[in-house]
Amino acid sequence: MTARDLYLLSPEIALAGVAILVVILDLLVRSKRVVGAVAFLGLAVPIALTVVLWTSIDSETAVFGTLAVDKFALFFKILVLAIVGVLILGSADYVARFQRYQGEFYALVLFSATGMMLLAATTELISIYISLELTALPLAALAAFLRDERSTEAGIKFLLLSAMSSALLLYGMVLVYGFTGSTQLQEIAGAVAQGDMPFGSYALLAGVTLMVVGFGFKIAMVPFQMWVPDVYEGAPTPITTYLSVASKAAGFAVLLRIFYFALPAVSGDWGTLFAVLSALSMTVGNLVAIAQNNIKRMLAYSTIAHAGYILVGVAAFAARSPGPDGVALGPSGVLFYLAAYAATNLAAFFAIMAIASRTGSEQIDDFAGIARRAPWVAAVLAFAMLSLIGIPPTAGFMGKLYLFNAAVRGDLVWLAVVGVISSVVSAYYYLRVVRVLYLGAAPSEEAIPSSWPVRLALALTGGSILAIGLLPGRLLELGEAAVRIFSLTPQ
Amino acid sequence: MMPERLLVLSAVLFSIGLYGVLTRRNAVSVLMAIEIMFNGVIIAAIAVSRYVAPAALRANPAATGDAVVQMVLTGQVFAIFIITVAAAEVALGLAIVIAVYRARGTVDVTEVNLLRR
Repeated sequence: MTARDLYLLSPEIALAGVAILVVILDLLVRSKRVVGAVAFLGLAVPIALTVVLWTSIDSETAVFGTLAVDKFALFFKILVLAIVGVLILGSADYVARFQRYQGEFYALVLFSATGMMLLAATTELISIYISLELTALPLAALAAFLRDERSTEAGIKFLLLSAMSSALLLYGMVLVYGFTGSTQLQEIAGAVAQGDMPFGSYALLAGVTLMVVGFGFKIAMVPFQMWVPDVYEGAPTPITTYLSVASKAAGFAVLLRIFYFALPAVSGDWGTLFAVLSALSMTVGNLVAIAQNNIKRMLAYSTIAHAGYILVGVAAFAARSPGPDGVALGPSGVLFYLAAYAATNLAAFFAIMAIASRTGSEQIDDFAGIARRAPWVAAVLAFAMLSLIGIPPTAGFMGKLYLFNAAVRGDLVWLAVVGVISSVVSAYYYLRVVRVLYLGAAPSEEAIPSSWPVRLALALTGGSILAIGLLPGRLLELGEAAVRIFSLTPQ
Repeated sequence: MMPERLLVLSAVLFSIGLYGVLTRRNAVSVLMAIEIMFNGVIIAAIAVSRYVAPAALRANPAATGDAVVQMVLTGQVFAIFIITVAAAEVALGLAIVIAVYRARGTVDVTEVNLLRR
């Protein structure tokens, strides 16, 4: 560990520092609002350090070559930090019900975010595993945070399935390590390209399949999605939000890193596998979501469908923009979509939190006539639903356009067709929410108030949906700069 | 002993654990089954490191210092990390099991199904 390593790792160190500071302050300060404010304002330090690294560093490795600090990792770090920042704002009202445990809530969220930032940067199997657990364990504690029947049920289900998927993933990692002789992704890529492994490709097949299963649980793709609806419904709503955007983004970061970095030589095999799983996720997620009456459960199935859309970009390995060093269109589409999806889902869940904390119900039918009681909150929720369908001028439309374009360029036209059809199917249940909001008969006309942090978070996320939808150019450039590392690797 | 036999042992342990996870009803037993899965993985890590390390040393006879340490010890370091993190996982798991028990008086995972209704 050198001074240079400390500089390269400074965003993670700063974030862990803020988390520890929050724990200590929680013991010393009586007002919990101060603790929340410190957690929020403290994020400025890691964000500033990440921006400094983005402008000054092209691509470097740190800590014995186990972590890469490149634009790909930094893109995800900024995304995770932005999500955490908006999340702390948007859940300000909700967190008040935790009373004296608010400090622990913020600290666990920040520790988990540290894991997600490391996860985007790791280039070595052991560190990938450690970062994955650093991400998942605080989330399990957070899922059980309310300590009532539903929340503990969500916690135990998340923990057991996360531990089991970790074991599957680890077995895959150990097999890949054993048959390629290294835990470094770069060296694994070399060994796979040479192809002189004991037991030949079967051993690699077993290892890679187990890793796909392990990651399948983490990113909630079919057929490893059964924990998602229960955990999303039972967990506290801010944690459901966090799971659906940040944890998913980090999962896709490490998935892209492993498959595009370490296994490009066998891309034909895993490309087809991911294409099939993507089509399954889109179809199953959207069809089952239609039958749901609880809005959190509906959005859980919607998350599974969206994991399917994002997998389209992972599967489209062959898609390159024209030119000598063409941009890998699949991964840049994944990055763009993850940012767009984060803005959309955050907006949707903040609106649901604001409404449900007053009406006390998460059933879709109980959202009737909310448009008259809370016009702005309802407008943001309706707008987020349009973005989830993928209707212009929203972020979701641009994201889907970009991903399906990558699929067509990558010779996966059938996958793009499946994607478009399932988007049309999904319009049914998203528009049902909009219809209930605007046309349903309200049981009372009493206005639903919300505090200024929640209103600010709603404005920020709603504004981002519109901004990404109307002016996608800047975010696209960032995404393309971030995935440039994939075009540099030897094929 | 040959690494192949150790790999078979690890696969058997892993499968026993997986079977336990899928069939056991008591949450504590499920946690124990997950531990068996982890132990299978640990044995696999040690077994493959016994295979990988000599091969790597033969391939790079000129390597010295840190490079040799990295070649020889990676599998064992992997195993130690798995043991450590698995311990943390179980500690948290038991804490949540206690919370489940307090909330509803049972740790039978087939009865923890309020969200399915």
